[in-house]
Order: sequence, then structure tokens, then C-alpha cells
Amino acid sequence: MVIMLPRSSQGKPGKGCGLTWFFQQCTHHISHILACREVSPSTINEKKEITAQKEMLLTRAGGNLAAAFTKKRKFLFYTKIILFLDEDTIVAISLLIVHKDDDTGSDHNGNQYKTISLAMGRGWIISLLVLLSNGAVFVLKISFRGLHCTCSLTVTGLGLAVYWTRRLCSIMDQAMLVGAPVIGLNDSGGARIQEGVDSLAGYADIFLRNVMASGVIPQISLIMGPCAGGAVYSPALTDFTFMVKDTSYLFITGPDVVKSVTNEDVTQEQLGGAKTHTSVSGVAHQAFENDVDALLNLRDFFNYLPLSNKDPAPVIECHDPKDRLCPGLDIIVPLESTKAFDMLDVVHSIVDERKFFEIMPNYARNIVVGFARMNGRTVGIVGNQPKVASGCLDINSSVKGARFVRFCDAFNIPIITFVDVPGFLPGTAQEYGGIIRHGAKLLYSYAEATVPKITVITRKAYGGAYDVMSSKHLRGDVNYAWPTAEVAVMGAKGAVQIIFRGKKNQAEAEAEYVEKFANPFPAAVRGFVDDIIQPSTTRKRICRDLEVLASKKQTNPWKKHANIPL
Amino acid sequence: MMAYRSSAAFQGVLSAFKHVCLRPRCGVICRYSTVYDTDEKTFDKILIANRGEIACRVMKTCKKMGINTVAIHSDVDSNAVHVKMADEAVCVGPAPTSQSYLNMDAIMAAIQQTGAQAVHPGYGFLSENKEFARRLAAGGVTFIGPDTYAIQAMGDKIESKLIAKTAKVNTIPGYDGVVKDAEEAVKIAAEIGYPVMIKASAGGGGKGMRIAWNEEETREGFRFSSQEAASSFGDDRLLIEKFIDNPRHIEIQVLADKHGNALWLNERECSIQRRNQKVVEEAPSTFLDPDTRRKMGEQAVSLAKTVKYSSAGTVEFLVDSQKNFYFLEMNTRLQVEHPITECITGLDLVHQMIRIAKGYKLQHKQSDIGINGWAIESRVYAEDPYKSFGLPSVGRLSQYQEPLSFADVRVDSGIQEGSDISIYYDPMISKLVTYGSTRAEALKKMENALDNYVIRGVAHNIPLLRAIIVHPRFVSGDINTKFLQEVYPDGFKGHVLTAGGRCDLLATAAALYVAAQLRSQKFLGNLRVSSVPPETRCWELLVELEKGVYMLSVSHSGQNYTVEVDGEKVVLSGEWDLASPLLPIAINGKYRTYQCLQRSASGEITLQYLGTSFKLRVLSKLAASLSKHMPEKIPEDTSSILRSPMPGSVVAVSVKPGDRVAEGQEICVIEAMKMQNSMTVAKTGKVKSVHCKAGDTVGEGDLLVELE
Repeated sequence: MVIMLPRSSQGKPGKGCGLTWFFQQCTHHISHILACREVSPSTINEKKEITAQKEMLLTRAGGNLAAAFTKKRKFLFYTKIILFLDEDTIVAISLLIVHKDDDTGSDHNGNQYKTISLAMGRGWIISLLVLLSNGAVFVLKISFRGLHCTCSLTVTGLGLAVYWTRRLCSIMDQAMLVGAPVIGLNDSGGARIQEGVDSLAGYADIFLRNVMASGVIPQISLIMGPCAGGAVYSPALTDFTFMVKDTSYLFITGPDVVKSVTNEDVTQEQLGGAKTHTSVSGVAHQAFENDVDALLNLRDFFNYLPLSNKDPAPVIECHDPKDRLCPGLDIIVPLESTKAFDMLDVVHSIVDERKFFEIMPNYARNIVVGFARMNGRTVGIVGNQPKVASGCLDINSSVKGARFVRFCDAFNIPIITFVDVPGFLPGTAQEYGGIIRHGAKLLYSYAEATVPKITVITRKAYGGAYDVMSSKHLRGDVNYAWPTAEVAVMGAKGAVQIIFRGKKNQAEAEAEYVEKFANPFPAAVRGFVDDIIQPSTTRKRICRDLEVLASKKQTNPWKKHANIPL
Repeated sequence: MMAYRSSAAFQGVLSAFKHVCLRPRCGVICRYSTVYDTDEKTFDKILIANRGEIACRVMKTCKKMGINTVAIHSDVDSNAVHVKMADEAVCVGPAPTSQSYLNMDAIMAAIQQTGAQAVHPGYGFLSENKEFARRLAAGGVTFIGPDTYAIQAMGDKIESKLIAKTAKVNTIPGYDGVVKDAEEAVKIAAEIGYPVMIKASAGGGGKGMRIAWNEEETREGFRFSSQEAASSFGDDRLLIEKFIDNPRHIEIQVLADKHGNALWLNERECSIQRRNQKVVEEAPSTFLDPDTRRKMGEQAVSLAKTVKYSSAGTVEFLVDSQKNFYFLEMNTRLQVEHPITECITGLDLVHQMIRIAKGYKLQHKQSDIGINGWAIESRVYAEDPYKSFGLPSVGRLSQYQEPLSFADVRVDSGIQEGSDISIYYDPMISKLVTYGSTRAEALKKMENALDNYVIRGVAHNIPLLRAIIVHPRFVSGDINTKFLQEVYPDGFKGHVLTAGGRCDLLATAAALYVAAQLRSQKFLGNLRVSSVPPETRCWELLVELEKGVYMLSVSHSGQNYTVEVDGEKVVLSGEWDLASPLLPIAINGKYRTYQCLQRSASGEITLQYLGTSFKLRVLSKLAASLSKHMPEKIPEDTSSILRSPMPGSVVAVSVKPGDRVAEGQEICVIEAMKMQNSMTVAKTGKVKSVHCKAGDTVGEGDLLVELE
């Protein structure tokens, strides 16, 4: 075993309690492993060497790093994961891997780089096994003045393209094997140019794992620093990408390159900050205030997820009565159908303890998606949001909804859909943008999904959008309508203008249309909705249905894979 | 869509669901000794020309008397509680009151349409409108209230004072004529001597009322009052009178029939006010002796008889520290705070009003009226008490639960969970009344009721109410109309924690955090393997509260948590129901109800303790040590921007971009809930941009004006 050490002489142990504690744990862990083995006298020296070098490696390097990072207000990977994991459960993996070759790293000043890969671990979150990968590799710059950090944090496959990537891939393979989620805490500048094609190969290996693991185990990325180049594609392949406000960025190329290529002046924050990605591009699913906030929220989020696709949706002890009535819902839908109400109010009233983990709360806000619990069981919620753009379906909201529905379907999470949709958004912008094929994604996802599907039509369910929103025809298991529901091909005004084109007395025709079509009865008598229910009883009904549907088994015809209109 | 909604089919769907849940709870009206004689002939159908709690209140009595009820409502109120409670409902127009609840034509049409024989006007709106009473009389419909003459005589402050003088009622020195303009106001004020009160001749309820201590304030007061008077009452006539410093506001409830009989039903102490609007009322008053009470009562009855008053009415007095009392005004309607009189006298005032309107004689003699126990009323408003003792707040009541499970608690409300508090109407949520055989008992019950009152979704004044009723000055009865300004000279800041209170609060937050953490591991089914047995752990936590950081250690067994704060052990036990908004727990054996307002994954816990909400942050030791290093977010510089402190509409904007403004200069006026509020800038500078114009509707926190 070859261990390369940073040639440092003046490092001081880190102050951060988490860091020190972790180092102690690691050292303790290693000595424990070594002690357990039957150690022959000839290996005693080696053991001592390992322990001593390990300790030096961790404390000295860590000490300096800790200081440097504290200054930059960022934390070391360990510190992050300890916070993130249950106490005393971390097992670091591949602690001892360092360079393939001592000579690989040196910058144009002739300064030597030493890379320590301390990036992987296994631990428990809320008693669930999780494998962490994609951690940062700390590149240490050795200058004449001693050891200090250049703060270039790189991910996966740099410096140690061969050994390190191999380990990272193997941890992902292992995750798939045992059915444990993978969580990446990303902070990487991209491919290390010095590494050449090795680093590109390293990336590709990881991308392949991401794709293979997709739909097998949940994969989550938390962006905790600037990530550029190849480093952004692994998060893009994972199921959920979360960011930290003001300190994390995601872009293909940074502002400097943008300036030289397109002559655009743009800041890091504008180009790929948390705000950009959570509200404009839709790349990231949520942003948190700071690192600590992000890690604690990720812990909370993790609790909604099953461990793998073989696991049912988790059920947790629930204090909220499953037969609780929600009197507020009886009056939430305004009498005028042109007036908006907040679908989030409906969601909050119905779910357990008003707790709703919203995915992409600031992007395509005309659809609301996220996780919640019903009588303790994780459910995925999809709802049209009449408060924004009347809750219509447009390109962005269709794609947002479709991806969420597919995640739920892949991981056995029942989907509850609250409908108030006037239709797909018309206009050239949407048609040129391909609303037809994007809208088809949502339709496709709902049709394909085999998890329990419960639908509540709260108000409008017009036209094609009615079909799309988890209708009975797309194998909806239980479809309810509130008394305020209007299930029809289109709204009264538009319909009358077409049917009675050029005729007088449009108002009368409109009233007749409303009486005949724009109400829940036509759908109910045909069995397209199972029942017209009193809104305040919605929670009670859904909880009961979920119990029945828990054992639902449905399979689609065999295929290599389906061909969703991408 | 309205067509279908009002169609028979839709109503059919709805009525199929009209069971207990849709029907709002009727609340508990406590302590009525009244016997409702259903054989006594009365009206068949009454229309209630009002909304909210008072409409519901009137309907409750109607139902007891076997009278059918008709509600009127504006279009935004279609789903309101009073509409559902009524047997019939008629929409009388769009949201603005002038087009709906004040729309006499529509209301007259509704009466005709439904065949209502009588109208109860409630308070506010058309309750003291002589024109309305006249039109009803002309249409052969009974107005449940006094006749037109009394309304007119008492409704006009100038005339009422003259009549009061002739009835030998003590009056305040002042100018009895109509004030023409600001300059005349200044002249009259100088004659009477400062301070003076400027008020709307047609007004009531504190609207259009300003106190001036000097010439400048007189001019400003004149301007605001006349505008408010014009918008509230359609009558901008003002009058000026001597302002009595440090007075108490005590009023006498009277009841008179159409046969010349009149009674006084004791007093109500209404001194706790903000901006001349009552907040906490009680009956009886701690201040009056039986002799003063009798004198006030007799003068009130004398006034009632002089104006040939019939129905229930209230004579308001200002009482100075020497127990001299001066006639203020007479309200010719049912008062907001009538329930406390009902509690101590056992009479149902609405019942009496209906009987009187039907022409019956009073059932009681003055000697029948006693004082039985003590009643306190807190007006629960949707308003932010930290902004000048209450600026209106609007929104949807996402959660709402009245403390009705306690004995001797009466809640008069006209809203339910899910109701909207809109900018169009009074922001009152409810009137919370507690009754006890003694004042102390009633106060204790009030504390408990306020602690158990769940209101979410809008800001509310429970923090202020809770602080008032336990304030030593209030408890001892040492109050006057300036109470709030004197007790909170720098504005109300919420409950100030004592060392013991802080300790309890910290311990509760920590225990709640641990309970939530433990619960998050309780997966049902065996799919998830636990690596650490969580039961035996001791949790080391850091809790942030009001800029202090406290180290706590928590251990637990079953439902009991032992928390160590500063070396002191606190034992907490309770249900730890994480879904319930109420958190009844025993701390070292002492019971208290906390409310959990918010609990987030990042450790933020907001608890309501003694009415005030406190933000805490609970973090593990590790998370706390890391949190220290987190970059601080730079807060927005608020001195150069002016945001709307409340939702409302912009009445006037007096600056444009490029103008130079001085600190404290008024730059726009916002009207909310019929109160005009002057917005001033916090620093001297140049206006960069103006984001509102007269007539705009603005939300809370909306940017109005930016300075450079």
C-alpha cells in the first residue's frame, strides 16, 4: 500500500468540532479494523505507519483545509456528511486512495499538487442506508511557503482518474446492488485540464452509472459550490438537484468563456446561480439558504423517498387523524369561475400536518408538484395552480409535471392529482416552442404510470387537459369531482361562440351550455368520475383509497424501454 | 358560471352535503335566563341587513324564536357563514359596501323578493341610517330599532347634545355648530382650549375622529376627519369639543319599548381603546359605585324617554377621575359589545329588540335588573398589533379553531376555517367573551381561552389582548382611554420574557424538536433497519432565541422529556401530538397551552407563548457550530424605500420622481378598512421612483416609493 503524503510541516489540527471528531472517528475506525486482523509481527510496522500517516493526512491536511474553508465559508466534505447523516453512522470509503502518479499535478508555476481523495462514504440517514459519492477532491497546492489550499475543488475523476473514478463507480454499483440511494454533494470546477482524456473518461464512467442507476435507486445532487463543465451533467442526470443560494453555481462554461465566445457580460450568479436555475431554467429543483440549511432540508426530503424501486413508499407514524375533515375546502372554490384560488391551500389542508415538500416552487408555477404524506404514507402531489396563468398547462409546466410523475411511478409513490385546468396555453410562442410534443410528455407519463393514481377535479377540467390530468381514461384508480367541477370540452363562452356562431342570444345559449355540460354530472353519469364528493371529506376519502390501493399491482406490456416524446 | 352555480342542479348537489360539517357551529350563548315564549306571536321572517358575526348573532336568536331568516350578501361573501346560516340569502351587489350592504335599493328589492316582515340592521352599515328606516316604514316593513326621529336626533352629534342638555344629562363643553373649514376649526379650538376633539357629525365607531393638541394638528385633523367622514358616512360635517384628558369610556345599555317604558341594563367599561376603537370591554366597571351607576343609568333613561326611544340603545359617557361623567353620544343600535351585558343580566338583547319592534311591552322592571357575575370581551381582530396597536391584515384563515370546549366561553364570530378576511370589510374575526362569578375568574378564563384560540393565515391581535388582560394596571382596574399609549409608549412589542418564561420556552422547543426527530424514525413495517436505538440517547442541542444562544441537553422516557437549561432541570410531559396546532403540556407539573405555529426541517420552531409568538431555532451541537460560519445575508436597506404596511388602496400620492423630501414628510395616503393612514419617509432625500398612483390597490409589503 502506497500512501502519498502532502509534504507539509506546519499544519495545525482543525478547530471545527465536526472535523476533528470525524478525523478521530476515521482513525479510530481504521485502527479498529487493523486491530481486528491478526497482525503478524512483520506487519506491525506497516500498521503503525498506516495509523500515523492516516492521522497526519487527516489532521494536518484537514487542519489547513478547515482553516482555508472556514475563511471561504464552506465546509469540508466530511463535515457536511456528518451533519447530514445520523450520528456515529459514517463509514468512510477509500480513505487511502491518493494519486496514481506523484508527477501528475503541477501548475504552470511549477507548484506541485497533491490530491487527497476523501470523497466517499456510507452512512445512515434517519436509519436508512445511503451511499454518498461525487464528493469533492481537495487539490492541495504545495508552494514554497508551505501547504495551503488553492480552493479548487474538483469532482470525480480528476487527478486520480484511474483509481478514484473506479472507486466512485464501484460505490454506485454497490448502491444499486443493495438498493441504497446515492447522494452527491457537488463542488467542482470541471475536468482538470492537466489530466487530459483520463478525466473525460472518468466523467463518462460516472455518467453511465448515473444512467444505469436511474429508476433503480433515488439519486440526489446537492450543489454546494461552483460546478462547471462536465461536472454539471452528473447532477442533471440525477433525479433531484438542489442548490445553495449565493454560493453555488451550475454552468457549462463560466462567465469568462461566455464573454469570449458570445461577448455577453454576465455574472456567475446571473449565469448559473440558484435563482437562475430554480426560477428560469428549471435545472435545479429547490434552493436553500446556506449549507447547513441545505443539508438539514435534504435530510428531511430524504425521509419521503423509498430506498429503491423495490421498496414501497415509506409509511411513517402519523399524528394527523386520517378522517380529519377540512371545512375550509367547502368554501375555497370561488363561485365565479374566473376567480383564482390557491391550490397550495387545498394541498396543505389535505396532507398530513400541512407539510408539503414542494419541488420547483419557483419554476412553472402554474403547476404545483411535491411530496407529502397521507396518513403517514408518502405521496406525490400534482396540482394545477389557478393563481398562476389560470393554472393552464404550458411547455414548462408540462415538462415539470411529467418528470415528477415519472419519478413517483419509478419509485412506487402514489400520485394524487388536483385538477383545475382551463386547457393548454394557446399562442404562437407555445406552438413554436412545441407545446404539442411537450404536453405529450405529461400525457405520456400519466398514462404510463402504474402506481396508485387518485384524481380530484376541483373545478375546471377542460379539453385535452382534462384527459391529461390523470383522468379515468388514463387508468386513474379513483377519480373524484367536487360539486364545483366543470368537465367539458371547453368553457361555456368559447363553446357557444363555436357552436352558435353568428347567432344571437349567445347569453341564453351560454346558460344552456353551462346547465348541460359545465358541471360534474355528465362525467359522473358516464362513470368518468367515481363520485361527486363534499370537498371537506377529501382527505378522509383519499386516505381510505390509499389503503385499498396499497396493494395495487399493474404492469405495462414488455418492452425494451418506452419511447417518451423527448 | 354563476348561472350553473345558482341553478337548481348545483343547489341540489350542495344541499345533499348540507349536514353538520357545512353548517357552522352556532357557538354557545351563555347565561341567558330569557325564556323564549314560542307562543308569543312574532314575525315570520326577518331580513338581516348585515354581515359577519352580528348577522350570525341575530340569526341565532331568530332561530330560537322560530323566525325564518334572510341574509343579504355581496358577491365576495357568497360563501360566508351568515349566508349559510340563513334560511334564504340574496346577493345585493359587488364587494364594496357602498354597492352592497349600503345599497338600499337592492336591499329593499331583497325584502320585497323574500317577503321579510322586518329588518334587523345589526351595527354599522344602515343601522343608524334614518333614510333606510324611513324607506322601510314607507314600505310597511318593521325596522328592528328605534324610530326615525330618535335615529336622526341621536345620530347627529350636534342635535343630540342639545337634546341631552334638555334631558338634564351632563354634557361636555364645546362648539355645537357645524365647522366650516380648517381655519374656523382653529379659531373654535382656541376658544374651547386645547386639547380638542374633532369628529364627524354623522360618525361613530371612532371613524372620522381626531384629537388635536395644537393649531397644526387641528388643521391636519380637520382634513383627515372630513375625508374619512365623507368616505364612511357620505357626510363631511364636523364638530369640535373639549377633549377630556385621561377619561374612562363607560356606557349604559338602555332598553325602551314603544309604550314609554325604559330600563337601564347597567354599564360597560370600554376604556381600553386604540385609535378610539374599543379592544377590551367588561361589565360591570371596576370604577363605578352603585350611586354613580344609578345616576348614569337614570340620566340615560331620561334621555331615552326624551327622544321617545324604543329598542336597545347605548348612552356613552366619558367619566373623569372624580367620577364626573359627561354625555358623549347615544348609539341607536345594538352595540358590538352587547354580549357582556347579556352575560351579567341574563337578557337576550336581540330577543328583546324583536319583541319591542313587534310592539310588546318590556318584560322586566328596573328592579329585576341586577348584576350577576362579571363578563369580559376581547375583540379579536385580523390585524398586526405591532404596528400602531393594530393595522389590518388580510388573508385566508388557513386554520381556525375557537376555544369553545371551555366552560363560560362565548365566541361570536361570522367566519370559519377557510374564510377570507378581505380589505372590503371590518377585520374583526370574533368577539371572545368569558364569564365568571368574579372578575378574577373571568380574567383567568380569558387567559385560557386566548391561549387555546387557533388562528392561522392572518396576523391577529391575540398577543396584545393576552398582554392587556394580565397587565397589573388592567388587573387592578386602573385604566383609562389612554391605557395603551401609557403602558406601551413605544408601541406594543409583544410579551417580554422573564427568565423563567425563557427557560420554559427553550425547554418546550427542544422537547418538541426531539419528539419530531424521534418520530421521523418511526417507520411502519420492517423495511427500514434502524442502526442506532434512539431511545436511550441524550440530545445536546443549541437553541437560538431573541439573539441569545442557549445550550440544552434533552433526555426522554416515554412522553416525558427532561431538559437541562443552565444547570436547571425542567421536566415536560404532554401528548406531543405533532399534527395539532395546540400543545398542552405540563412543565414541572404546571399546565400551559403553547401553540406550535411552525416547525421546519432546518430547526426553526415558532411557538406561541402567552399570546406572543417567539421564533426559535433548534440545532444539534454540530449544526450549530457550522451555522456560525454561514455567510450572513445582507438585509435590504429599508430607510430609502417605503413599503405599504398593510393592504389597502392608495388615496393620494403627493410626490413625483425627482422631488426632494424631508424626513417625516407625508408622501402618500393609504386607506384600509376605511381608515386613512399617512405614509411618511424615514429619511431626507430625493425621490427616485414612485410605484403607486391614487386609486391603486396595494398589498402588504408592496413597494410604494423609492428614494435615491
